[in-house]
Amino acid sequence: MTAANGNGRKDNYLYYPGCSQRATSRAYEKSAKLVGQALGFTLEEINDWNCCGATDYFSVNVLPAYSLVARNLSLAVEQGGTRDLVAPCSACFLNLRKTDTNMGKYPKLNKQVNQALAAGNLHYDPGTLNIRHLLDVIVQDIGFDTIEARVTKPLTGLRVAPYYGCLIVRPDAGYNTEYPTHLDELLTRLGATVVDFPMKTHCCGGHMTQIGEDVALELIRRLVHNAAEYDADMIVTLCPMCQLNLDAYQGQVNSHFNTDYRLPVLFFTQLMGLAFGIKPGDLDIGSEIIPADAALAKIGQEAETKPRQAVRRDKNALPMPSLD
Amino acid sequence: MPNTPNGHTLYQRVMAETPGGDTLITCLQCGTCGGSCPSAADMDATPRRLFAMLMAGMDDEVLKSNTPWYCVSCYFCMVRCPQNIPITEIMYTLKQEAIAQKYFDRNPHTDWAHSFIGYVEQYGRGFELGLATRYHLTHNPLGAVKKTGLMFDLARKGRVAMMPERIENMPQLTAILTEAKRIAGGEK
Repeated sequence: MTAANGNGRKDNYLYYPGCSQRATSRAYEKSAKLVGQALGFTLEEINDWNCCGATDYFSVNVLPAYSLVARNLSLAVEQGGTRDLVAPCSACFLNLRKTDTNMGKYPKLNKQVNQALAAGNLHYDPGTLNIRHLLDVIVQDIGFDTIEARVTKPLTGLRVAPYYGCLIVRPDAGYNTEYPTHLDELLTRLGATVVDFPMKTHCCGGHMTQIGEDVALELIRRLVHNAAEYDADMIVTLCPMCQLNLDAYQGQVNSHFNTDYRLPVLFFTQLMGLAFGIKPGDLDIGSEIIPADAALAKIGQEAETKPRQAVRRDKNALPMPSLD
Repeated sequence: MPNTPNGHTLYQRVMAETPGGDTLITCLQCGTCGGSCPSAADMDATPRRLFAMLMAGMDDEVLKSNTPWYCVSCYFCMVRCPQNIPITEIMYTLKQEAIAQKYFDRNPHTDWAHSFIGYVEQYGRGFELGLATRYHLTHNPLGAVKKTGLMFDLARKGRVAMMPERIENMPQLTAILTEAKRIAGGEK
């Protein structure tokens, strides 16, 4: 995929949020919607969507895992609107796309998944939807020139490491599977200085932070170390899992390896919002564990730290440890 | 000794149960997979070696191997494989086989997967707080203390959902999953 002329733009996209958008990556959804507003497109949520199964459902029982994903595809077609189904989470994107692709490639799988869907009065014909990642939509349909024209507060002087993670380019999303550059170009157009980041498509550890911490911490260390080596002010990502692992576990990496990394990790939509002049607080900047304040000060932006609300407790409540 | 439910070897079943798995027969043993794998150092056999074991009928050793469980599903091996073998997907099938044959029915990986699936089958959506709490308290109480601090940090930033979201048409999802399990069960 090369052309990014903005000729494919649409006003409305079917939208599969994924579970993380309602918890750890609320900032991603909030900023994505604001950026969409600024660029003139809306994200229409699929009614009653269910979890994509992440990697764990596929580990235990492959056919139910495909069927779980296919329910979402079927509901999206019923809702109609556009052929494009957009997912902001790389893992959701992969599962939705994999299910559509493999149902199209393997007739036996297609038959069995549809047999399962029929139990819920649903059906899905592979190829009906075009499953896309949010970054792809922004880069291909809106286009770099339109985005650049919308910039009012360029990110001049900010050094960013573009972190793609694995699942947005692998196995078959149409971009270079090892060294994609579309996020690099996007960030450049926002005015930022994009540093070389050889580890840009390496794995963040995924669920290993929970079940095999030593493995995960080493993978995270390599990534953060690589970005720090190139003097990045921050890492920019497009996946809730990558953001969570690199942001929330950086402290544990430091204590495990006796290092002192303090690299904030933001979503690309948050940086787009800043460049478009949207207030940091509206983009949920400040919700990251490693604060982005110092990095944002370089571009004349200030993260609003929300005043902590006093926690009201019932007089009869049991004593609880303080959060501090 | 090869175990052969339904008279098929594990090698044959893996090829049959994985979409595109029949390409496994073309494996050149080049080792590009292991060389590309970010967690190969922690595996007791690289994917290349595991496939050679599988072809040699070492079913017991293959199912005992930690290799599929250390796979982080990053698809690096798969996009580099000169024979286009869906290696990541084969790892999923091997995990499924190891669970079904009780080789790995209680370990951190399967406990995590089962807790995760439990929430999905109950609510239709994932529930991070419940999942992390259930898993770490039952499996790893000492580690849970460390995780609690992290959960508090995230909660303070408004990043933890305190209650699971339940989808409206849960009966439909349950019917679909039940039927899928029935079909999958009939195959074995």
